[in-house]
Amino acid sequence: MFGKLTWAAIPIHQPIIMITAAVIGAVLIATAGLITRNRWWLPLWRKWITSVDHKRIGVMYMVLALIMLIRGFADALMMRTQLAFAAGGAAGYLPPEHYDQVFSAHGTIMIFFVAMPFIVGLMNFAVPLQLGIRDVAFPVLNSISFWLTASGVLLVNLSLVVGEFARTGWLAYPPLSETTYSPGVGVDYYLWSLQISGAGTLLSGINLTTTILKLRAPGMGYSRMPVFCWTALASNLLIVAAFPILTATFAMLLLDRYCGFHFFTTELGGNPMMYINLIWIWGHPEVYILILPAFGVFSEVVATFSGKPLFGYRSMVMATMAICVLSFTVWLHHFFTMGAGADVNGFFGIMTMIIAVPTGVKVFNWLFTLYGGRIRYTVPIYWTLGFMVTFLIGGMTGVLMAIPPADFVLHNSLFLIAHFHNTAIGGVIFGVMAGYSYWFPKAFGFRLNELLGKAVFWCWFFGFYLAFMPLYALGLMGATRRMQHYSNLNWQPLMHVAWIGAMLVFLGIILTGVQLYVSIKQRTRTADVTGDPWNGRTLEWSTPSPPPPWNFSILPHVEQSDAFWGTKQRIPALEGSRAQCHAAAAAPHYEPLHVPANTPIGILLAICAFAVGFSLIWHIFWLLTIGLLAAVAITLRQAWRRDELHVPVEQIVAFERSHARAGAET
Amino acid sequence: MTTVASTADGAGVPLSFRGPASLRIVAGFGFWLFLLSDIILFAALFAAYAVLSTETAGGPAGRDLFDLHRVFLETACLLLSSVTCGFGSLAIQEQSYGSTYLWLLVTLLLGLAFLIFEASEFAGFVAAGAGPSRSAFLSAFFTLVGTHGLHVALGLCWLLIMLLQLWTFGFDDKARRRLFCFGLFWHALDIVWVGVFTIVYLGART
Repeated sequence: MFGKLTWAAIPIHQPIIMITAAVIGAVLIATAGLITRNRWWLPLWRKWITSVDHKRIGVMYMVLALIMLIRGFADALMMRTQLAFAAGGAAGYLPPEHYDQVFSAHGTIMIFFVAMPFIVGLMNFAVPLQLGIRDVAFPVLNSISFWLTASGVLLVNLSLVVGEFARTGWLAYPPLSETTYSPGVGVDYYLWSLQISGAGTLLSGINLTTTILKLRAPGMGYSRMPVFCWTALASNLLIVAAFPILTATFAMLLLDRYCGFHFFTTELGGNPMMYINLIWIWGHPEVYILILPAFGVFSEVVATFSGKPLFGYRSMVMATMAICVLSFTVWLHHFFTMGAGADVNGFFGIMTMIIAVPTGVKVFNWLFTLYGGRIRYTVPIYWTLGFMVTFLIGGMTGVLMAIPPADFVLHNSLFLIAHFHNTAIGGVIFGVMAGYSYWFPKAFGFRLNELLGKAVFWCWFFGFYLAFMPLYALGLMGATRRMQHYSNLNWQPLMHVAWIGAMLVFLGIILTGVQLYVSIKQRTRTADVTGDPWNGRTLEWSTPSPPPPWNFSILPHVEQSDAFWGTKQRIPALEGSRAQCHAAAAAPHYEPLHVPANTPIGILLAICAFAVGFSLIWHIFWLLTIGLLAAVAITLRQAWRRDELHVPVEQIVAFERSHARAGAET
Repeated sequence: MTTVASTADGAGVPLSFRGPASLRIVAGFGFWLFLLSDIILFAALFAAYAVLSTETAGGPAGRDLFDLHRVFLETACLLLSSVTCGFGSLAIQEQSYGSTYLWLLVTLLLGLAFLIFEASEFAGFVAAGAGPSRSAFLSAFFTLVGTHGLHVALGLCWLLIMLLQLWTFGFDDKARRRLFCFGLFWHALDIVWVGVFTIVYLGART
């Protein structure tokens, strides 16, 4: 009846997991209770869950990412705590089979369910606003993409309580991940959750690429596009080009596991190294999928808070697109030790060093933008400055490891761990945090608390250095990654320092929650009534905060790059107050709009995907059939829909009037 | 979707400055991107096949198994279905119901014939002990060719649904956009098949 699923799948004898599950359950019940008490279910369903508005979907992506950050970070804390104790005679508190699941889950969750949704969420939210348009190219598809990601998240988290997670590391290298060596459901959880969320990411990539290439406000040629849109374009092109390879690779591993194929087995001609090549052909572009939009955020932040146009706009665009192309030529540096020979290693080593050049161009552009600017030290600029210092160190250790002989010494050591956290935290996390505090007022109409925001920054900044600089040293001393215990007691003091760093980051994450709470409490004081809280340069600041569902009542006409800045310069008396700008403009001529109606198809398909994934993991074939049939039925239902929502002129005028009044009162 | 082409698209304005494109162009472009991603998926499978094609593990190799006469007929069916699909697209442009139904139904039947050829080939291999788990070569062969076959099968389901939509809605904008995308999809499957035919079937002769 339930395939491989029995009561034994629930790890009742493991107190850590059971307590965690109890806490998660309690939080979920409390949240549900709160929603019920405030009668929020219906608004939640109507305004958020079934929404096809890119802004709301973007926000939901980011909420998902923040929640998963807690999960992924809990794994990190467990590992650091284990390593702070488990030296010499001490065994620590995590047995190896549990520790292996923890580091696999940490990597998987942090890349796929924290960094990815955060970056995709930022792009979803900001790109259409910056382009001066009303929504993405395919709003319903956008909702489906989000909910497929959420479905993957649910599967990964379910593995905590029902069954187990993979013990194979975050990329599940065969032959370890083949059924011979991993007979349990852990790898299946890994594969199906990533296949489902990967499909969502691919659809989102197609959606945003189409949006950027085909839907821009009149006058916004490529040479006038904000740099964040350029980096989003590069990132989404990479998604379109790289994610199918991930899907194909996982499909081959699934065929090996489920149908006895021999792609990556060690018998009958299978080739495990092919998996490692294929997965990194996706994996290295993935690094740039994450970092390029972060570079875009920094570019926007630097220009805005220096009060200057970005230095070297064209070179920035060229550097972005160069990285986009070159990112497909460096994958082999992840396994120089495979033994491909000196020529192959030499080529990939040199390409890896070359890709650092456009990144260097970007750093100089940011520096020269700051140079001579009147810098306003707000939270986003803190993250940006912290990034420039930190990422530079991470980039240089990367170039160091691009030298194959050096990599032979450092491969799979803690030096590597320190390097990629240096770029992932110092680049991606700092970038999304900068974007979060930069665009938060646009999304919600009030600013985040500055003091707490700076406290969060310092916790992450010093926490990062304390946690990862010791790892560079430990790596050079010979400590390897994925190590559950070590006998060399000389390593322990540095492990203790790293633990303190992790605790400091933990404080930063707690303070992020506190900041959100305090900011909501103070929202009337920090309300953004002008729509332009930072004296911004790009079009998202020309519409009210939060923007109406249709973003722009009249599509803006773009005359130059930094379009909104130009408008403000031409009408100097307005000084950034968009409300007055509107009052001054001759009676605008509004036209009725068509927006797609909200639809529950996203969440319904995600439920089907979840059922299909779960039933495939546990071999429950009746559930599989139901899930597939339901998905077909839902898709057909959508195919026969022909409704659109019409926004009459009166509603637009009423919205604009109420905002003009709010602006005039300040 | 709101694509108000609210700009004066005079001759002097460069294309990229003219504002949002029309829904027809946006939908087609998005589908092109999907097709590109799909072709990359096939590229990964082709790469795997190239690596594993000699790994027969003592089992049968391609030249022992493939019956090129049958593959020729199979190929003819698929390529011909692309031609009839093209005639269908012309009929859709002219909004002529009779010839649209006719050509799309012929496309459907030719696609079905292709699938029957492929299924019987697969069944024959499995019966002869050359199933996908026999060797890495056969794993790669069944996956690559089978994934293409799966695409054809899904394409046929899509075509059937589009015929029903045509029957319900007539040539409305949405149905025409979707039929346009279907045409792109069907031709893309042809391109992939040309690769399969050349690399897998003809490649086995060398």
